[in-house]
Amino acid sequence: MTKLTPILSAHWDEKDSFTIEAYKRHGGYTASAKALAMDPDAVIQLVKDSGLRGRGGAGFPTGMKWGFIPQGDDKDHYLVVNADESEPGTCKDMPLLMANPHVLIEGCIIACHAIRAKHAFIYIRGEVTHVARRLNQAIEDAYKAGLLGKGIDVVLHIGAGAYICGEETALLDSLEGFRGQPRLRPPFPAIAGLYARPTVVNNVESIASVPAIIANGAEWYQGMGTEKSKGATLYSLSGHVKNPGQFEAPLGITLREILELSGGIRAGHTLKFWTPGGSSTPIFTTEHLDVPLDYEGVSAAGSMLGTKALQIFDETTCVVRAVLRWTEFYKHESCGKCTPCREGTWWLVQLLRDLEAGKGTEADLAKLLDLCDNIMGRSFCALGDGATSPITSSIKYFRDEYIAHITNGGCPFDPVASTLFAGAGA
Amino acid sequence: MTTEVVDMITVVVDGFEVSVPKGTLVIRAAEKLGIQIPRFCDHPLLDPVGACRQCLVDIEINGRAFPKPQASCTIPVEPGMIVKTQLTSPVAEKAQRGVMELLLINHPLDCPVCDKGGECPLQNQAMSNGQGETRYEGVKRTFQKPINISSQVLLDRERCVLCARCTRFSEQIASDPFITLNERGALQQVGIYENKPFESYFSGNTVQICPVGALTGAAYRFRARPFDLVSTPSACEHCASGCDMRTDVRRGKTLRRLAGDDPTVNEEWNCDKGRWAFKYVTSVDRLTTPLVRNASGELVAASWPEALAAAAKGLKAAKAAVLVGGRATHEDAYGYSKFARVALSTNDIDFRSRVSSDEEREFLAARVVGSSTTYMDIDRADHVLLVGFEPEEESPIVFLRLNKQVRKRALKVSAIATKLSIGVEKLKGKFVKVAPGQEGAAIAAQSLTSKSVILVGERAAESAGVLSAVAALADSSSAKIAWIPRRAGERGALEAGAIGNLLPGGRPVEDAAARVDIAALWGADSLPSAVGKSTNEIYAAVNAGEIGALLVGGVDPLDSDNCQAALAALDKAFVVSLEIASSAVTQRADVVLPVAAVTEKSGSFLNWEGRPRSFDAAVHDSLNRSDLRILSMIAEEMGTSVNLATVTAAIKEISSIGKWDGARASMNKVSVSSHPAVTGDQFILTSWRRLLDLGTLQQGEENLAGTARKTVAVISPKRAQAMGVTDGDQLKISTSLGSVTLSALVEDIHDDAVWAPRNSRGSQLLVNLGVAHGAVVTVVKA
Repeated sequence: MTKLTPILSAHWDEKDSFTIEAYKRHGGYTASAKALAMDPDAVIQLVKDSGLRGRGGAGFPTGMKWGFIPQGDDKDHYLVVNADESEPGTCKDMPLLMANPHVLIEGCIIACHAIRAKHAFIYIRGEVTHVARRLNQAIEDAYKAGLLGKGIDVVLHIGAGAYICGEETALLDSLEGFRGQPRLRPPFPAIAGLYARPTVVNNVESIASVPAIIANGAEWYQGMGTEKSKGATLYSLSGHVKNPGQFEAPLGITLREILELSGGIRAGHTLKFWTPGGSSTPIFTTEHLDVPLDYEGVSAAGSMLGTKALQIFDETTCVVRAVLRWTEFYKHESCGKCTPCREGTWWLVQLLRDLEAGKGTEADLAKLLDLCDNIMGRSFCALGDGATSPITSSIKYFRDEYIAHITNGGCPFDPVASTLFAGAGA
Repeated sequence: MTTEVVDMITVVVDGFEVSVPKGTLVIRAAEKLGIQIPRFCDHPLLDPVGACRQCLVDIEINGRAFPKPQASCTIPVEPGMIVKTQLTSPVAEKAQRGVMELLLINHPLDCPVCDKGGECPLQNQAMSNGQGETRYEGVKRTFQKPINISSQVLLDRERCVLCARCTRFSEQIASDPFITLNERGALQQVGIYENKPFESYFSGNTVQICPVGALTGAAYRFRARPFDLVSTPSACEHCASGCDMRTDVRRGKTLRRLAGDDPTVNEEWNCDKGRWAFKYVTSVDRLTTPLVRNASGELVAASWPEALAAAAKGLKAAKAAVLVGGRATHEDAYGYSKFARVALSTNDIDFRSRVSSDEEREFLAARVVGSSTTYMDIDRADHVLLVGFEPEEESPIVFLRLNKQVRKRALKVSAIATKLSIGVEKLKGKFVKVAPGQEGAAIAAQSLTSKSVILVGERAAESAGVLSAVAALADSSSAKIAWIPRRAGERGALEAGAIGNLLPGGRPVEDAAARVDIAALWGADSLPSAVGKSTNEIYAAVNAGEIGALLVGGVDPLDSDNCQAALAALDKAFVVSLEIASSAVTQRADVVLPVAAVTEKSGSFLNWEGRPRSFDAAVHDSLNRSDLRILSMIAEEMGTSVNLATVTAAIKEISSIGKWDGARASMNKVSVSSHPAVTGDQFILTSWRRLLDLGTLQQGEENLAGTARKTVAVISPKRAQAMGVTDGDQLKISTSLGSVTLSALVEDIHDDAVWAPRNSRGSQLLVNLGVAHGAVVTVVKA
């Protein structure tokens, strides 16, 4: 029996799944009609009761976030949807928006009603023009169908391509027309967010999960998942696997189960290490195959559920090389605001390059770990913390491999072996 | 006095209890105990940012500890808070050491040639909270060095620690967001907009608050090491704001001036003129010896006894009057005031070497002398009305204070003016547009309360009826009045009685009891009882042959609205000139006596509040004497005595005068003149001086001059359209006396008016046109 629970992804295999007609054919926009007839507080309560937690990485209860918005304050409120999906490995929101943009728009209508907002802004990363076009068309169709524009407006904002703008306060700065850099908190966005007004910032998947919850009720949603991590979610499988893609399953499923469902590691190879939630979550190894992939389970095993981006690496992969590539990404994306992240990532890259090239020493490993200790928890936002996770976790599990680079005077791996085209030319 | 009740919160820092007002940041609570937490981005007058992460400490509240160290510059104290700094927490200590090491990996080790070396927060804190050796063996980030972000500020990007103090200052304090952080990661850097340099009037403050040597002033760059400088607390001589300053001198030469810290006045800021315009003391040809005009009409060097004798003889030989400019210190002005009455037996003295009126003199006696409106009143005001006053151009620290309140609590500001200015726009002020000369009519329509403040500039004297209307509005609304002249010495000169209708201490000349008071103090039998002449009346009296001698100190006759009469009078009269350098007055004088510049003497200015701003001599080996000392010597030579040999003697005597408890002089109401009809190519001229212009005290500082605002002639869109003029076209403004041709700028100005800067390059209106405000001129496309 399959453990998959296609809700968001239920109709993605239909040719016209992204159209308003297809969405309506499957009952789309009935949940928003239902919600609009409800008292906003009742909608918030329902979402609270469902146990839905933020799908952007931190897992903060969505209903509670909505409840923080002060009511009766005579101020404009805003809903901001974070579609700046940029984490290496994370690839759930873009397929979702390609296949079914209307579920997000319907979620926006419900959320705006609940938090008494008249405007929702969807902040999408600038590189994904195809997704932006599709979402724009969907918004236009929703206006034409009279679903938007009657008290609730949705604006699509296209970012300019900065990872930091996925951080909610940097996103707000960027949305306001400034350079994206994280803001000092407090004040939190719920009190002074976009244009200094009470603002809810939610991930695409969080908002897109709401229509089904309204339609089917909190108890239905609670029926899935584990004790503290309710519901189902999209797991994005990528890397050295037979069938990469989105697997929608209840929270708490294990990687072993997902690999079984998907067909496993690519032929002839074995799992070496993987990320549970994108490159900023500490890596796991084969010993974590049975860790329940919910917020608590992953956390207890020393990592984070993050965006559920399951990046799979097999035995052909050099962990030092993989970690260096990630670190180069963080150096490139560090916004520069705070010292530990800005200067730390600059230094980390140089140390790792030396190590990969076999020019490092064992003392450099100690220096690397100490440097991570001086960045982790010292930087302004989570970007700096995230930059250290792959390094510290990889040294924890694969210290010998780092040492091998030192003793070997270079990388002992054939980089071609880990590629898709490995063996093609032979 | 109202006392504000402040909630106090007690916290424990490193085991010591300290009580601080609610809202205090942890870093400052620690400071109160003498515990110095290292920091870079933190600045008490800027909003917290938490960017540099240098000030990390461990914090627990009611037993609940934060899981990781917190930036103490961003967290306000809370009851039950226990803070462990680097002194007691190994975690905080390691975090700080780690951040310091990271800050230094990309910082060049060029301290030996860096201007900041020796007074550098990065250098100092790397010593106190860092480690001796770096573990960094990689490649440092480098940039091309340095780049000019204006003609006076240079940026060495590789030294920058990206604390954002400079960009935050520009945005939050000066409202001049001309610099910003660009790029990201370690390549993040301070930058300017394309084709738009950092031309803020307050840019020097960013150099001062830069915690490394990234921002340097062009004039001081590579000139000195901080430890070779001798610093003297001083006061700024440039305007009436009254900034506290520090003057740094090496071997008898002033090398730089910095803003001092006075929370009641300038906080920790000053303007670029105050900071950088000090070369006039050394760059112009200073007078070194007395000069006396010989029988053949040439000015030749003379000995002091010779010159003093000649001066005394000339002043005794004819009826004499005194002109003391608005730049004298309070003590020097007092000396001139006493000298006029005691040695010359006249009330013919006026410190207003500028466009002035009798209405103004009466207003000063009736409303200003002895008054005490302060910066604090601006802080508490519900509404500030600006009349004939452009704070950003004419008293920049008043502008900063207004701006602070506008940003903090949306203080309402209204400006009665002929043209909308950049400063008023930045203050989000309500622009009450009037035709030049018609300001008085708009004042009555303002509704103020007893919590409002009217800031009146010296230009209010240029339109009839304005000051009468201000007085009436203050009476009907109980609003406070503050008169803010441009020059630093005017308020002190007013209090010292260097004006025809007042004796020292605000005592009316016409009041017999007042004269008795002062005569007793001075040991004089009696004092002259007739109200003295004003500046223009004095020039006229000389030209009419009624006055034969003039004692002139620090006056530029070209500041007068009747330059020809002024120059003619100086040519005609026997003139004794006390000056620091050759000028239009010394060239016409019969005796010239060199005096000390501000940096060479001690004394004080009274700022617009009437607050004494005293200073010591910064340059100690000067042989120049103060005006006061020289006046005493002339008096002795004349056979009388003013008994003011030293500044200390003057201070003592001034302090013994006491408050005047008699009746204030009254003021005659003056009505607003009728609005002249303008037809065809006629306009009514209006102008003010810009902060950076051709002022005498800005001579010799080209870097500063490079940031002056562009000289333009401003007309309204309606008139521009009628004339077919667009921005950048040349406009010729002319009167019967002459003309100026300036680049046009179409802006929000009264349709009847044309505006030009009063004393800027290419636009010296009083000299070129003979008028500055309210007169009909002709404007044509050139």
